[in-house]
Amino acid sequence: MRAYWLIALLWIRAALSYPVSFWTMMVGGVLITFLDFVSIWLMFTHIDSYGGFSLREIGLLYGVTSIAFRIADMLVGSVEKIGQKVRSGDLDAMMTKPVPVLVQLCADRFELRRLGQIGQGVAVFAWAAPIVDWNPQRLGVLVMAIVSGVVIYFCVFVTFSTIQFWTTDASEFANAFTYGGNTIMQYPMTIFPREVVRSLTYLLPLTFVNWYPCLFLLGETDPFGAPGWFRFASPLAALVLVGITALVWRQGLRRYRSTGS
Amino acid sequence: MSLIEVKDLSREFTIRKRAGLLRRTSVVKRAVHDLTFEIDAGEMVGYIGPNGAGKSTTIKMLTGILVPSGGSAQVAGLEPSRRRRELARRIGVVFGQRTSLWWDLPLRDSFELLRRIYRIPDKTFRRNLEDHVAMLDLGDLLDTPVRQLSLGQRMRGDIAAALLHDPEILYLDEPTIGLDVVSKGRLREFLRALNHERRTTLMLTTHDLGDIEALCDRVIVIDDGTAVFDGPLPSLRTGGGASRTLVVDLVDEAAPIAVEGAEVVKVEGPRQWLAFPAGSSAAPLVSQVAAGYDVADLSIHEPDIEDVIRNLYGG
Amino acid sequence: MSGAQHSQVGLYAAVAARSFRRYSTYTAATLAGIFTNSVFGIILTFAYLALWEQNPTAGGYEVDQAVTFVWIGQALLMTIALWSGGSTDDLAERIRNGDIAVDLYRPVSVLGWYLAADLGRGLYHFATRGVAPTIVGAVLFGLVVPSPAGVVGFAISIVLAVVVSFSVRFLFAVSAFWILDATGPRVLLSVLATFFSGLTLPLNLFPEGLRQVALALPFASYIQTPADIWLGRHTGADMLAAIGLQILWAVVLLALCSLVLRAATRKVVVQGG
Repeated sequence: MRAYWLIALLWIRAALSYPVSFWTMMVGGVLITFLDFVSIWLMFTHIDSYGGFSLREIGLLYGVTSIAFRIADMLVGSVEKIGQKVRSGDLDAMMTKPVPVLVQLCADRFELRRLGQIGQGVAVFAWAAPIVDWNPQRLGVLVMAIVSGVVIYFCVFVTFSTIQFWTTDASEFANAFTYGGNTIMQYPMTIFPREVVRSLTYLLPLTFVNWYPCLFLLGETDPFGAPGWFRFASPLAALVLVGITALVWRQGLRRYRSTGS
Repeated sequence: MSLIEVKDLSREFTIRKRAGLLRRTSVVKRAVHDLTFEIDAGEMVGYIGPNGAGKSTTIKMLTGILVPSGGSAQVAGLEPSRRRRELARRIGVVFGQRTSLWWDLPLRDSFELLRRIYRIPDKTFRRNLEDHVAMLDLGDLLDTPVRQLSLGQRMRGDIAAALLHDPEILYLDEPTIGLDVVSKGRLREFLRALNHERRTTLMLTTHDLGDIEALCDRVIVIDDGTAVFDGPLPSLRTGGGASRTLVVDLVDEAAPIAVEGAEVVKVEGPRQWLAFPAGSSAAPLVSQVAAGYDVADLSIHEPDIEDVIRNLYGG
Repeated sequence: MSGAQHSQVGLYAAVAARSFRRYSTYTAATLAGIFTNSVFGIILTFAYLALWEQNPTAGGYEVDQAVTFVWIGQALLMTIALWSGGSTDDLAERIRNGDIAVDLYRPVSVLGWYLAADLGRGLYHFATRGVAPTIVGAVLFGLVVPSPAGVVGFAISIVLAVVVSFSVRFLFAVSAFWILDATGPRVLLSVLATFFSGLTLPLNLFPEGLRQVALALPFASYIQTPADIWLGRHTGADMLAAIGLQILWAVVLLALCSLVLRAATRKVVVQGG
């Protein structure tokens, strides 16, 4: 962990050595997510409710998934570019150092500009938050959901990037699950068929990032009839994913170390 | 026990080829095959061979990056593939064609980062930084971003970086590639001093035989995954099946010289080249020639190491 | 056409063909991209279906037109290199590492060279990552089929879309001559392009004032204009006007590229050299 922050800190310094680029990236980061929400807001100029949800309720869903996703995105660094690191030989160089490869990859090219994107998620959430009747229990669920969400998205990033140990140039495949996952979670699940929601619960448990916890915050029950305790099960989903991710990552690294030359 | 012990080390990998629209065939290729050698602490060993002979595969197994498919390797008493991270603290690796420095950061920051990664004690770090920076002439470059360094400067930076944590072994992969003559000379001098003063064991792969001649007491030649020669540099010359050459300048042009134990390989006016086995003495040959011909001048040429190695690969 | 001109055309064709082949070697990347485009297409389709269920005439589109719009967006996304991946990325990298000096001293137009390479790339991406997700969309949801005139108009419109998008990317990449690292400006560009091309929401759903502005921007040429031609929203004189605006943007932007490039050449800062 210490090594992670030290490497990350140096990358921040490097980014600041190109100030114009750094600041446009910061602005770009804020804009990308801002315009993203504007699209949803513009949809509401044509409708009053969307899948049974108001704009602010969707803002709540949007805020929670965005905060978790953008933090995870910042933490994974160059993990998405494993294939490129394999081809360039950088991965070999990392393996001759006494810090775990995953830590080095995560800290590599750490991008502070992503703070802007996290900030935008926070802003949307803050705007939507007054519709929740806050109490300590709800606050607890919120914190639990965001922490678990970061872990869940982090695991999704790592797991699907690991595929690049098998096919080094298929990095885009992971985008369908990472960026695609964040995009799908911005919408209320009620607009999707039951099968999609089931898959997002049992196969790729992204519904635990925001859907079930936000239903609790809003005091509603799941329209698909999921068990009530799912609303508190985010840490459990995160834990299961961590186990799977550790297995997949080790398998990937083992494959690299026993098939290369 | 030796510092590096390699026994019957093998490494296979599979190449898949498209044989039809959907059918694929796979060929098993042996990158390294039954390789055996030992290197003692303080040795400077040249590890040479043609491209694809298995040099970098060997280094990757010795650093623990790759898992061997057969045989065993022990480095500093550790099995590299199982204890890679532990071993990493005791070895230094420099890949000549790419840098392990951080491209956008000044050299000083890269060093600082490595200090934290390797958890180098302050005293060691300061001493090494002072020593290496002075000897590698990096003093003025510490605040320059790596991307602005020349190839030679970057290589020196990379070597200093690999030595900050006092490694017992330094692996160098093509350390002088692309450097000019002056930089090469300086680098070799530094490595010699390092080995002399700190007893750092050096294993270097190179295509530049000048590196070998300047640095290595011992050479391991690898071809097609297996060692074809292992011994001191002088015996590579004699043992390689190469020949020495006696160059004779006669007073007048003459028919090719006929003497026992040598044969004429080239005639150019009054000058003739006689090849004789590198292992035998030149004295009897010289006296024979002097007795039979009017000689103006004589000289003996040692075999060119490149020819020797070319012979080895060919045979 | 004179002989010299003829050989120039041949050269650019060769550059385009080489670029096409270069991308076609990454089969796994192409398949991964098709998969990802399809997944995003499916997500957006459900999002639009829910919207049009509430308001069946939003933006003047009917529900199957809206769904078709989604898949045209996914098909054109890579064809026009909306985010990155075009020849302009190579240009930015060559400016960063100084190799650009070599390009500047070649006796061919730098602009023409990179445009040809980008058109070759665009053709490859259209044939693979354009066509394949469209088939997925058609099978899963059924898409609107254009009229014969619509097909011709669409074909012309997407070539112009690539040219306009190329010129904009080129301008941003060349900005690296002055600031030495164009990553930031490129991120900014991709954000604006995503929003104002109509990829996330058709521009016709924007509030009136913003809609007028958005439709006049060059980004509208990327996806909105080709999509409206495909969907039959622009026909006859209307279609010609839409294509005319694309041509106008292409000419103005290419001229601007040429000017900026000339200024940059004068100021060749070759980094590290």
